[in-house]
Amino acid sequence: MRQPAMSTARSRGARLGVLAAVATLALSACGGGSIAKETEANEKKAAAAGGECGDLNMAVNPWVGYEASAYVVGTVAQDQLGCTVNYKELKEDVAWQGFGTGEVDVVIEDWGHPDLEKKFFEGKGDGTAMDFGPQGNIGIIGWFVPPWLAEEHPDILEWENLNKYAKEFATSESGGQGQFLGADPSYVQFDEAIVSNLDLDFKVVFSGSEAATIEAFRKAEENKEWVIGYWYEPQYFNAEVAMQRVALPPYETGCQDDPQTVACDYPQTELKKIVGTDWAESDSTAVDLVQNFTWTNDDQNVVAAYISSDGMSPEEAAAKWIEDNPDKVEAWLAQ
Amino acid sequence: MTEGVAGPGLRARGFVESQKLANPDSPRPVEPGAAPPPPERKTLSRWIPALGVIVAWVVVWYLTDGKDTLSLPGVARTALHDDLTEINNDLLAGRDTNPVMLFTGALADALRSLVEMMQGIFSKPNLPRPVPEIGWLGVTACSTYVALVVANWRIALLVLASFLSFGVLGFWEQSLDLLIITGISVVIAVVVGMPLAVLVGTSARANRAITVVLDVMQTMPTFVYLLPVVLFFGIGIPSAVVATLIYALPPIVRIAGFGIREVPTTTIEATDSAGQTYWQRLLKVQIPMARKTIIVGLNQTILAALSMATLASFVDGPGLGKPVLAGLRINDVGTAFVPGALIVVMAVMLDRTTTAASERAEKVARGGGGDPRTRRILLIGGAVVTIVAVYVSRTYVDLARFPENTLGSRIADVVNDVMDWITGTFSGATGAFKDAITNGLLNPMESVLAESPWYVSGLGIAALALVFGGLRAMITTIICLAGIWYFDLWHDAMITLNMALVGTVLVMILALVFGVWMARDRRVDLGIRPLLDAGQTIPPFVYLIPVLALFGPSRFTAIVAGIVYAAPAAIKLVADGVKAVSPTTIEAGRSTGQTTWQEITKVQLPMAKGSLVLATNQGLLYVLAMVVIGGLVGAGALGYDVVYGFSRSEAWGKGLAAGITIVLLGVMLDRITRAAADKRRDDPGPRRAFFVRLPIGPPK
Repeated sequence: MRQPAMSTARSRGARLGVLAAVATLALSACGGGSIAKETEANEKKAAAAGGECGDLNMAVNPWVGYEASAYVVGTVAQDQLGCTVNYKELKEDVAWQGFGTGEVDVVIEDWGHPDLEKKFFEGKGDGTAMDFGPQGNIGIIGWFVPPWLAEEHPDILEWENLNKYAKEFATSESGGQGQFLGADPSYVQFDEAIVSNLDLDFKVVFSGSEAATIEAFRKAEENKEWVIGYWYEPQYFNAEVAMQRVALPPYETGCQDDPQTVACDYPQTELKKIVGTDWAESDSTAVDLVQNFTWTNDDQNVVAAYISSDGMSPEEAAAKWIEDNPDKVEAWLAQ
Repeated sequence: MTEGVAGPGLRARGFVESQKLANPDSPRPVEPGAAPPPPERKTLSRWIPALGVIVAWVVVWYLTDGKDTLSLPGVARTALHDDLTEINNDLLAGRDTNPVMLFTGALADALRSLVEMMQGIFSKPNLPRPVPEIGWLGVTACSTYVALVVANWRIALLVLASFLSFGVLGFWEQSLDLLIITGISVVIAVVVGMPLAVLVGTSARANRAITVVLDVMQTMPTFVYLLPVVLFFGIGIPSAVVATLIYALPPIVRIAGFGIREVPTTTIEATDSAGQTYWQRLLKVQIPMARKTIIVGLNQTILAALSMATLASFVDGPGLGKPVLAGLRINDVGTAFVPGALIVVMAVMLDRTTTAASERAEKVARGGGGDPRTRRILLIGGAVVTIVAVYVSRTYVDLARFPENTLGSRIADVVNDVMDWITGTFSGATGAFKDAITNGLLNPMESVLAESPWYVSGLGIAALALVFGGLRAMITTIICLAGIWYFDLWHDAMITLNMALVGTVLVMILALVFGVWMARDRRVDLGIRPLLDAGQTIPPFVYLIPVLALFGPSRFTAIVAGIVYAAPAAIKLVADGVKAVSPTTIEAGRSTGQTTWQEITKVQLPMAKGSLVLATNQGLLYVLAMVVIGGLVGAGALGYDVVYGFSRSEAWGKGLAAGITIVLLGVMLDRITRAAADKRRDDPGPRRAFFVRLPIGPPK
């Protein structure tokens, strides 16, 4: 009994050994490039990149336009300067906290956060963050309606006429008043105050996220539903559905200083770059790149549409735009 | 060794089951067993005073409509909220000097370097190497081999297939990251949790104290503590690990503690008489005898860790949660679906592996485990193959970096097409359904709850707590209500409470229909259970988008998401409860010629009442947890407050207050329903079956 079992075992063991050897050969044959070679190449590349870039910690705030800016800068830094780019998906506030600890180096598109500046800027707060200049995009925030509505009721584009239509905007959520679709809570917004200070018969219902608002606008345009909400530009979705802006009482300096008494439209904002002070003072080669980076609303919308409408990954979208716009990229890299 | 305790046919199927394993004398875990007191009359007598309270409430609401509702606009804050915000600011300002912050900072650094080291080995390029130290082939081979060693070849095949699917669908790195975060959290949870479990199991006083803390940990919606965790541990990996740990710790403490406590006193006395020390008793008797239950706890801890590690992507935690969240951001179901499905694959893999490992350990302990020689050959052969695989994956790029393919994105496209078709075809019907429920149920109830003066609502809730739960439940309720009032978010709390109640009503309707159906027809059970498993495991963000497309930003959307989240647990509880009704009782009824309808309503449901109440309890807590995420899809109220506080530093205090308010609501609802369940039954039953993550898997 015992003997045959042993021999089976041995032969099976031997067979396994042969199998392993064959497998090794087969796998090495189809294994493609060697890792040792690539490691060497990487080392050379890092040495040749001239000056150390090191890590670039890029915050990615939660809207697609931001993602476009972040990945374009990140891709240039990675491919042309040899940086190790770490993208960190964070809300604005959390991102600003990271400047002090070195977890975040760059916020590439800031829409204005006076309270955060008070906390983190030199002279006002702990000085861990600093303004790195405008990034070229002009931010427009306002109240928007879908195009079909603007076409059929052109007078709706003046805020004085909104009450006339308030009943049409009523939904199951708005308790008899008109529904105003508020934004992602992290955005700069005064809609509740504006509604009450202009005596509008509306209730602000918060959509909660960019995705939720887009879904609502898209449906409204398709099915000719009544929707009015907080919206902004640059924003790739405007290429799909050209949202129309409702004129509120014009913005004047200071009219949004007290959040409770706001009764005017949002100002145009020059979007800017915020960076960590320590990082800005470091000798990383990416500092100049971020300092030089500017582009237009149209540029951003192109990349954002690649990401969201064409389903490209942010890396692919950024790479495609960089390939199509070598002159712009070249300008950022000039010393 | 523990013949009576763990029969060979029984599988570790979760906490409810573990009770059955540990209590062979009480025949059924949920169902109160033979001869429950006639429930009909009791129910009636309870609903009459309840109805009285509600009628009085409605009358007062009608007379005082809109007064003293304590409503607070969405982006407004009170002085208390600003004070809480100051705490945040002070802590943040003192992060270089405050000793607690320095300590957590150091801890965070240690966790970060640990995880980054493991990422360098398994998932991320370890520069200047273009790839991790061990490539995909090596990692897959190692994991398969481990499965072969601890379980069996079937599980090894499952693990192999799972790892290949991570790579084939294009999420190799994220999947490994998620496994790393889950793994480290589980290891820490076991190291911290086992001593606590021993305390819980051996000291009644420690048990009471720790249970209170665990209750709070488990009621607190996960989203709520991300905020303070980030404050203390910073962004990214450390916060992900700590948040995961907080969520994953309770199951092992609770269930392992339970197992240790339930070791028969006779056994302990018998071995004590031999003169053993405390440590001998613990290590030689209590822990070995509770081993099976401890493994159940470990299994639950692993699954809890997996689901929380996914959510940690909100604070930039690495893993599969990130692509899911990215899909949510660009409103793309398909993009979110593939990584979401991989999370389900991973959950099934981990669940089956731990279960099979414990079964194997059991078998080996009994002297089984198959022919040792065959096994030795298998192990040696496997080891050779694994070493070879690791070696070649360190040498060749294609065996280290998973070759790219388009399968994942093609699946995403198909999912998107299907979703487009569904939303295009049904959004009219779903809109009408939403309006019907909103106008017929949600709005009227909200009017009464939220638009009554706060003292009227408070009184009403306390009175109902007294009716359903008795005096003790009422006292807890009053304390919780006082807390809610103190934190200045009364009106929002009432709206959220209302959403949770309406959601639970709908969950229970589903649970009754499907639960009874599954219990009566095994084929239905077999068909539905995988769907329930997936519903339990898939991260909520994945179905948030299609639900949003169907129902638009509204409270109802949050409720639907809550139902998807809560229904699987409730349906399973009802199905198992109804199934457990003794067949002799049913036979007796049939012999008197009752119809199927009579059989269900007069016999099966009344006798399964214990599990119905338990299902309600679980349904409420699950729906409540989801309502927070509803803040992302236009549900407003407390969910919005949490999201708002999380995203704007000047409102941090309001977010914290909202988080605490949700915990208070959860504790209140839990105590009332649990007291209602206890009141009905004379047997001790699974009283501690609090917010259990139900096991996944096929029906027994």
